[in-house]
Amino acid sequence: MTESTTDSRSLTRVAIDPLTRVEGHGKVTLLLDENQVVQQARLHIVEFRGFERFIQGRPYWELPMVVQRLCGICPVSHHLAAGKAIDMLVGAEQLPPTAEKTRRLLHFAQVLQSHALHFFHLSSPDLLFGFSSKASERNIVGLLEKHPETALKGVKLRKFGQQLIETITGKRVHGSLVVPGGINKALKPAEINVYAKQMDEIIQWSTEALELAQGLYQADRKHADFGAIGSPTLSLCGNNGNFELYHGDLRVKDIDGTILLDHISNRDYLAHIEEEVKSWSYMKFPFLKRLGKDRGWYRVGPLARVLNCQQMDTPLAERARLELVNQCYPDQHQSVLLYHWARMIELLHCAESIQQVLKDSELTGGELVAPHGDRNPECYGIIEAPRGTLIHHYKVNDQDLVEEANLIVSTTSNNQAMNEAIRSVCRQYIDGHGVSEGLLNHIEVAVRAFDPCLSCATHALGKMPLSVEILSVAGHETQVLERTSQGEIQQRFYPC
Amino acid sequence: MSQVLTIDGKDLAFDSGDTLFDVAQAQGIYIPHLCHHPDYPPQGNCKLCTVDVDGQSKCACTTQAETGMSVQTDSTTLTEYRRALTELLFSEGNHHCPGCERSGNCQLQATAYAQGMTYSSFKLLNPQRQIDASHPSVLLDRDRCILCGLCVRASAQEGKHIFTIAGRGSDSTLAVNSDSGLLADTNLSAEDRATQVCPVGALMVKQQGFRIPIGQRIYDQGTIDDLGNRRPQYHSPKSKTARIAGDSDD
Repeated sequence: MTESTTDSRSLTRVAIDPLTRVEGHGKVTLLLDENQVVQQARLHIVEFRGFERFIQGRPYWELPMVVQRLCGICPVSHHLAAGKAIDMLVGAEQLPPTAEKTRRLLHFAQVLQSHALHFFHLSSPDLLFGFSSKASERNIVGLLEKHPETALKGVKLRKFGQQLIETITGKRVHGSLVVPGGINKALKPAEINVYAKQMDEIIQWSTEALELAQGLYQADRKHADFGAIGSPTLSLCGNNGNFELYHGDLRVKDIDGTILLDHISNRDYLAHIEEEVKSWSYMKFPFLKRLGKDRGWYRVGPLARVLNCQQMDTPLAERARLELVNQCYPDQHQSVLLYHWARMIELLHCAESIQQVLKDSELTGGELVAPHGDRNPECYGIIEAPRGTLIHHYKVNDQDLVEEANLIVSTTSNNQAMNEAIRSVCRQYIDGHGVSEGLLNHIEVAVRAFDPCLSCATHALGKMPLSVEILSVAGHETQVLERTSQGEIQQRFYPC
Repeated sequence: MSQVLTIDGKDLAFDSGDTLFDVAQAQGIYIPHLCHHPDYPPQGNCKLCTVDVDGQSKCACTTQAETGMSVQTDSTTLTEYRRALTELLFSEGNHHCPGCERSGNCQLQATAYAQGMTYSSFKLLNPQRQIDASHPSVLLDRDRCILCGLCVRASAQEGKHIFTIAGRGSDSTLAVNSDSGLLADTNLSAEDRATQVCPVGALMVKQQGFRIPIGQRIYDQGTIDDLGNRRPQYHSPKSKTARIAGDSDD
């Protein structure tokens, strides 16, 4: 199957609308031939948000506060990416230790809480109850009833991360920390102690979460083929190739695990990544210039990061990483469900890292802002957000106003990969079988593995209104499958 | 000989020339306001200090106290008036608190909270006025200006006469007295009272945004009714910290 077919005249069009993206809307369309074989599958992002436009003309110090409103789940990542860009703008990329460690601590807390939310609240119900189980129980409430201990630990992990974010930034969501070249506040020793004494328990829960994710994946042999796709993987890595979430250079591994590109600095990303626009989606399609449009699409996010690095610098996560890498290679195609396993390895890494940083004496008491140096009117901030590599790129004029902005969010980088995963699921579950409620959720499960914002909106405790319409070639509805806001499935047929 | 009027049921003495605002302030009675500052002549621009004087609505900052007056500063009706006036100010400008560096230190935002405003019932005009970033140390964002005129009066008192209100009615805007109309061609400095007196995020010292952490901002500590009309004090774009002590109307 290709993304588009040359002759669509004799095909039946199926639309899943809405799927919802980052606080917005998306939809999936399928073109089925007379044998119920999917000839085309597309994930359309149909809402335009325009952040890149409306920050033009604003003073640069507003950037970390304004762009974090892109997202309610990972605002910290946008806050920090914009912050890194304006550090570069004012010539203060080398932060004082207290500032850098506080920012890293904040980021670990952010990734931990986001991963806990994604796995426990949004995705684990699919894995624990089955993809085709009743929507009324396939949600966090159902999880609390059937698996209360698991669900409660997930909720508490997320709560821990959010409380740490609140202590550092003043708010659980959309707080404030970054100023150009530093931070506005350091933690107090008493605040550090509150979290330090919880860490053994948090690491234990994270270890159990990893065991759960790995066990659920390995429990069913069919999982290895679910939404299996192969592509290069892109992520930040430290100078020594170590796992890195906050700052590093870009590395790309090819489909067979060999290093394709390495040590690509922030300011050179445009030399290697190009974005293609397609008429049917507001979301661009980035690709690696070296491989071209057709083969150059790539994956980002937990699985890409874990596969790309040489090692993780925390012992429990490193041990788990080796096990996952052995599972992935030498196969050149990986199931999207491996993202959950990788995600929980990162959760454990974040928990271990938070414990390390909280013990660091430089976390408090030092300088908060670096001296400003030579100005760089074109500036970049790249960070690993929970869902993948996040690129912020700005041009600022000599009056301190933003002239241009380019944001490549992780969902955008995964755009083609999500489309490919949907096609893979269609090949496995739809071809020859037709449309059913199970299909609807199988597609969502594949998309959900990449993007918790999309998952959040589509999942919505199993009550997100969703409809699949089957149209005749003439455009008339022949069949509608609807999930109501009450979670009920209704099916209607119309004579042609 | 001192004269007497009644404010909120209390008999209060006052001197000739006192306004109702002066009398109330001397007794620690807070009357909401945005355009008034005791250091400058009152103008009655914002109308938020509207009080009930013997059944009539009058501006406390511009009304001279008279013997025998019965003044009420707070009532359900007055709160509704003030909330409506606050909503009008929000609808007339671009007051997007989540991304504004003055959030938490802003008198307009604090007034809105104090009046129980949760949204604007008036149509948002979404203006697109010229932002003036030409000055090396000061930024003028006219979309946040509430035309209180405090910078006009402060600059006049400093002998610089940099600002003026130009235009009429809904076309009124804060203008700069220079040949180019730009701040870069004036002798304004970041330390001028004209810069610092702005009650909202219209006149800002550059590169100081968000240096005061959430939790340490002025109105994180209490309501404007309790704390009065305060503003942070910034020194220059190069200073690493901002102080939040300093200027208060009360």
